[in-house]
Amino acid sequence: MSMPAQSDGDKLHVVTSDHMSPGRILAGRTLVWSAAVLLAVMLIAQALYEFEVISFGFENWRPVLYAYLLWAIAMGVAQVLIRGEQGKRALFVLPAVLFVVSMVIFPMLFGLYISFTDWNLASVTGRKFNGLDNFRQMLSDPFYWNALLNMVYYVAAIAVEYIIAFGLALLLNADIRARKFFRVALLLPLMLSPVAVSWMVGKSMMEIRFGPLARLGRFLGWESPSFFGTPEVARLAIMVMDAWTFIPFMMIMILAGLQALPKEVLEAAKVDGATAWQSFWEVIFPLMLPVSITAIVIRIIFKLKLADIIINVTSGGPGGATDSVTSFIFREYRDRSNVGYGTLLAMVYLVLIIVFILMLLSGVNRWMRRTSQGGFG
Amino acid sequence: MSGQTTQIFSDAEPDLAYRAKWYTERALIYGALIFWAFICLFPIYWTVTTSFKIAPDVMRGNLVPWVDFEPQWRGWRSLGLSPNTISETSTVREEFLKRFMNSVITSLSASMLAVTLGSLAAYGLSRFSYRFGFMRNSDISFFFLSQMILPPVVLALPFLILYKELALLDSRIGIILLYTLMVLPIVIWIMRDQFSAIPIELEEAALVDGLSVWGAFVQIVLPIALPGMVAAFILSLVLTWNEYFFAALLTSTDAKTLPVMVASQTGSQGINWWSMAALSTAAIAPLVVIGVVLERYIIKGMAAGAGK
Repeated sequence: MSMPAQSDGDKLHVVTSDHMSPGRILAGRTLVWSAAVLLAVMLIAQALYEFEVISFGFENWRPVLYAYLLWAIAMGVAQVLIRGEQGKRALFVLPAVLFVVSMVIFPMLFGLYISFTDWNLASVTGRKFNGLDNFRQMLSDPFYWNALLNMVYYVAAIAVEYIIAFGLALLLNADIRARKFFRVALLLPLMLSPVAVSWMVGKSMMEIRFGPLARLGRFLGWESPSFFGTPEVARLAIMVMDAWTFIPFMMIMILAGLQALPKEVLEAAKVDGATAWQSFWEVIFPLMLPVSITAIVIRIIFKLKLADIIINVTSGGPGGATDSVTSFIFREYRDRSNVGYGTLLAMVYLVLIIVFILMLLSGVNRWMRRTSQGGFG
Repeated sequence: MSGQTTQIFSDAEPDLAYRAKWYTERALIYGALIFWAFICLFPIYWTVTTSFKIAPDVMRGNLVPWVDFEPQWRGWRSLGLSPNTISETSTVREEFLKRFMNSVITSLSASMLAVTLGSLAAYGLSRFSYRFGFMRNSDISFFFLSQMILPPVVLALPFLILYKELALLDSRIGIILLYTLMVLPIVIWIMRDQFSAIPIELEEAALVDGLSVWGAFVQIVLPIALPGMVAAFILSLVLTWNEYFFAALLTSTDAKTLPVMVASQTGSQGINWWSMAALSTAAIAPLVVIGVVLERYIIKGMAAGAGK
């Protein structure tokens, strides 16, 4: 885009009279502040009731939520009242911002508080602040470190997924008949819920006695095909199932990239007498790097949330060999109701993820800049 | 006369070699595609056929119906969905239908909410410049998109306690809100792409003609962006229909969704393969249909980021 820098102005210019009558502004301010006061009063009253300072209050916090919603609506209306046309523009983004802030920032702050308590839903003694105890427990928890290590293996498996996905995308991009059939067939695994896949593949096809995959294994000379007996094989089986579901995702992204490639460049390579291998390796692959990196980064983000299949097929076994961080924390809650410790583990995981993704992105950026400076051809 | 039947031009040696190469290449491409299509489709085929098997068929590893084994309604009968039980009352079927409806309602509402919120935000961000405190447009975009990184597990336990206090635990609304949050970044990602592809001149013309900003958005931009919105909606639908983690933690009796029901059945000892297969088939059927019919939109949605 050769457009001049427009970061300061709107792309869509609107000529408006920005003069608001003082009465209108006052009405807007009154509206938003009265809603805020109502919310604050209800919040404080309910908090006092919860801590048994006062004896009257609501059964739960739901009315406070309604007051919050009321405040959010008042906020939107006030934007239009006070700022007129500018306010109407703010209404495009305001609902989503308020929604995300109230659904993420507030629970995160609350979670931060929980993670420094010994909050256990099963204990009757209630909760208390226990400082860094959870953190110390985490440092000496071999299962958590093991789960983190497993995440490294799981993320590394994306390399193989990427190669397969690229190959399939090239095949689908070739001049073939029944393209629509193949595209639908190759896309279908992505439609299936991981829970259903856990049963369909993990529990039935990989079943030791009757499962078709076990039969195939015996046919190929594997003495006792057990997919979840040894740590390495079990981890591999989880990787295969996850790959099966998500390869279509990368495949479609790469396919879209392939179809957007400039035709002239490919023609030129052909005219210059490049073999298929040369035109792939020296033309297509470099041109596809940006798309590939987007696909891989998004796939990594999805992979870091891996849990459903593990929870349903192995529950982390044998001996925690297949545990992902998410499935480990899930069991920490399910088996021990240990909310405080589980939340701390999740928070640490989040910090690690953010650091990892930021490093990844800056590394990718630097590398891309270097390769584009060098140029190809 | 004979001149017409005899071949005048014959392929030279290099041309023949070229054609042979072409044929092997074709064979390899189709071979690989068919092999992978088989890998993708076999588990689905296996599940659907197993739902019509009885114990001996499963043990013998019979694969082809009517050839290897006689299809039976055993699995479907246990769900109350076979032809002879469909008219009778069945508690299992009621349970299943309840879960099914929960899944339908939560995934449809969450996708609708996410597409509404996300489209509005994406449009605003692609047309106007905002300033919320220190945050500019690019910061706001990044704030939305960065939610994609957030693993569900970070929010799950705080939400468990918050929802308990708000009496939203085990309610559809609670699940819908979380699912909306989950797919919102993806919707914004897709829709930003869609809106920036629409020329601004269209809206400028509409504004000159006297429409307001919102009027231009609803009457001019939305109809053009509709295919993109459908793509975002379908993709959200797939993700929310399949969601398991939040549903497993935050629902128990009333709002339990289909994946949680499927998962709770696999956990029990001595699973009946046929009824599990029938249940899995019923759980994946809607999305398989959507995948086959609306494949175009799913691909469009996922390709949105690849062109950049």
